[in-house]
Amino acid sequence: MQEKLNQLIDAIDERTGLRTNLQHFLFEEIPASSGWHQIFGSVALFLILVQFFTGSMLAFNYAPTPGDAYDSVRYIMTEVTGGRLMRGLHHWGASMIIVIVVLHMLQVFIWGAYKKPREGTWIVGVILLLLTLAYGLTGYLLPWDNRAYWGTVVTTQIGATVPGAGPYVSRLLASTGDIGVVTFARFYAAHVLLLPPITMILIIFHVYMVRRHGVAPAPGDEHKPKKMFFPEQVFKDTVAVFVAFAILFVLSIWAKIPLERMADPTDTTYIPRPEWYFLFLFQSLKLFEGPMEVIGTVVLPTVAILALIMTPFIDRSKMVKVRNRGIAMLIVLFAALGWGGLTAAALKSTPPQTEASEIDYAGPVQWLNLTASENAGVQAYRQAKCGTCHVTSGEGSGSGPNLLEVVSKRKDSAWLTGHLKDKSSAANLDDGQIRDLAALTLKIDVANGDLPGTTPKFAAEGAALYQKNMCGACHAINGAGGKIGPALNGLAKRRTAAWVKEHFLNPQKMSPGSPMRVYAFNAAEMQAENSYLFTLPDKVAGQ
Amino acid sequence: MSTHKAVHHGDAAGSTRRGFHLIVLNVLGAAVTFAIAIPTLVYLLFPPKGVKDNGWLDAGDISQLVPNDPVELSFQKTRMDGWRLVTEKKTAWVVKGEDNKVTAFGPQCTHLGCAYHFENKQFVCPCHNTFFSIDGKVTAGPAPRPLDQYLVKIDGNRLQVGELKKSVA
Repeated sequence: MQEKLNQLIDAIDERTGLRTNLQHFLFEEIPASSGWHQIFGSVALFLILVQFFTGSMLAFNYAPTPGDAYDSVRYIMTEVTGGRLMRGLHHWGASMIIVIVVLHMLQVFIWGAYKKPREGTWIVGVILLLLTLAYGLTGYLLPWDNRAYWGTVVTTQIGATVPGAGPYVSRLLASTGDIGVVTFARFYAAHVLLLPPITMILIIFHVYMVRRHGVAPAPGDEHKPKKMFFPEQVFKDTVAVFVAFAILFVLSIWAKIPLERMADPTDTTYIPRPEWYFLFLFQSLKLFEGPMEVIGTVVLPTVAILALIMTPFIDRSKMVKVRNRGIAMLIVLFAALGWGGLTAAALKSTPPQTEASEIDYAGPVQWLNLTASENAGVQAYRQAKCGTCHVTSGEGSGSGPNLLEVVSKRKDSAWLTGHLKDKSSAANLDDGQIRDLAALTLKIDVANGDLPGTTPKFAAEGAALYQKNMCGACHAINGAGGKIGPALNGLAKRRTAAWVKEHFLNPQKMSPGSPMRVYAFNAAEMQAENSYLFTLPDKVAGQ
Repeated sequence: MSTHKAVHHGDAAGSTRRGFHLIVLNVLGAAVTFAIAIPTLVYLLFPPKGVKDNGWLDAGDISQLVPNDPVELSFQKTRMDGWRLVTEKKTAWVVKGEDNKVTAFGPQCTHLGCAYHFENKQFVCPCHNTFFSIDGKVTAGPAPRPLDQYLVKIDGNRLQVGELKKSVA
């Protein structure tokens, strides 16, 4: 059997040369000083392959046009089996690649491995770093949520500040007006069709040059016997790949994979922030104002890139031991301090996330379409701790009956309110809350049974406050309520949060002649009420 | 990165250190490979079931329907196509029988899905000349089973159409 297998392998190798070449590749000699510090290149290669792979997988369920793009990403995250994990790997993989590629570059820089004859390897590496950033830039737009849209608005505006070429860049990216289908198509095509083959060719060239010149030796290596790439270094690379992938996998399962509300060019309240690895650039723009802005947007980045490319030509000294590379280490230290400082400053200046912007639109969002009474019912449900005895989804029951079954038998609000008033467990609810609770209970069906669990705190509280103050006598939410005041869906498009807050406290000042009375909410109430009103869908479903 | 174990190397073959390296790199390589391959197979091979809808759609007024004189009624159906809500035009061949029982047939031939029409008191599929009687039974041609029927219910003068049920041969 073994002999037959060997014969088969020999026969295949004779025709293809596969084994011979694999052996040639693996039994490369490497310097004695090689070791753990050289794992990053393999990890970066592995991660880019993961990105190619997961990206291709996402394309099976992704529609690359604005609007549809958002819906299909949500579909991937909520409907497709394993879709959340697949997007998680792609999303977090993008960040990890940046980290690993930078570590790879720092290692090469600190060890001075870019020196003659390896200048070409280094320059191709710098180009690959820029390509990695280009993936981040173009991929950021593709989920077409608010974050994607506004991040890209800022990016393209930066492109427009390039002296002379600015207007042309705008025209090229079709970003002179609102960003729409044309910009989207260009970003998408660049992300999936243009960048990958270029990256692939450059990676092959990069690895080829590493092989051609051999792994960079350290001084003293010439007196020691060489090591073999396989299996010792391959073992180290594999351990590193495993650790990197384990981290990526855990992040993809447990960490948040952002999907905000769909891109809304009229949203005046959204504060755009780029992805974390671009924050330093974003922050550095704040240091330059007016006509000086171009220094931050164009001059400094260009100087930085040129300095990176020229590194092997600026430092032409002989290889020295790592511990003697003091200047290189100082440069890395300063770069790290600068990067860290700018990033920290950018994070500090980022306003804290409001509860409303924290909504995970990839999760269950049925509460968005409830009436205020039904949403207030969630608050009553929580206050009376109905969930300790009742279940609202699937089969089975707690110590109390399954509410799905109750509702299918008793579709009767009068019966429910009467029944609830008799229950001691609902004793701490007033009549209004009991009506809300009944409204919620009647709303529950197989598709939205997890409402009591998934409705955000601010929405339940905001709706309860809304009900308590009988806002619904004049205003309507999701089609239910009075017509004296304006309907509240779409409020986020019409007003700012500050305006609404001021309007609660002093309606006559904000809209003179309004029959609205003063509502002196405390800070927590105001926050919940505003968050609730501002997350209502712009349009009432079904209209 | 996974399986390089087919490769042997002469002088170090006996070393336990080498053996350890080989085992670990193969195990870890296999772990990573499986951690990617299994979710991928699940992702590709288990498409979402989608929402089953049992909604009734209004197909139109049938008070003018004459017994044994089929009419093709069209109606709008809204459904989720993956991530997109689509509204499609659907049609049904509606027949009132001698006993005033109303039947609604799906508009496609049960052979290969061509659209058939009504001609000379029978349904005719032009693709491969299947003939169906007015109650949907195959009278001639290659179709393997009778015409599919929609679930129907009558609401006053209006016909309500439900799910299209596959007929059995």
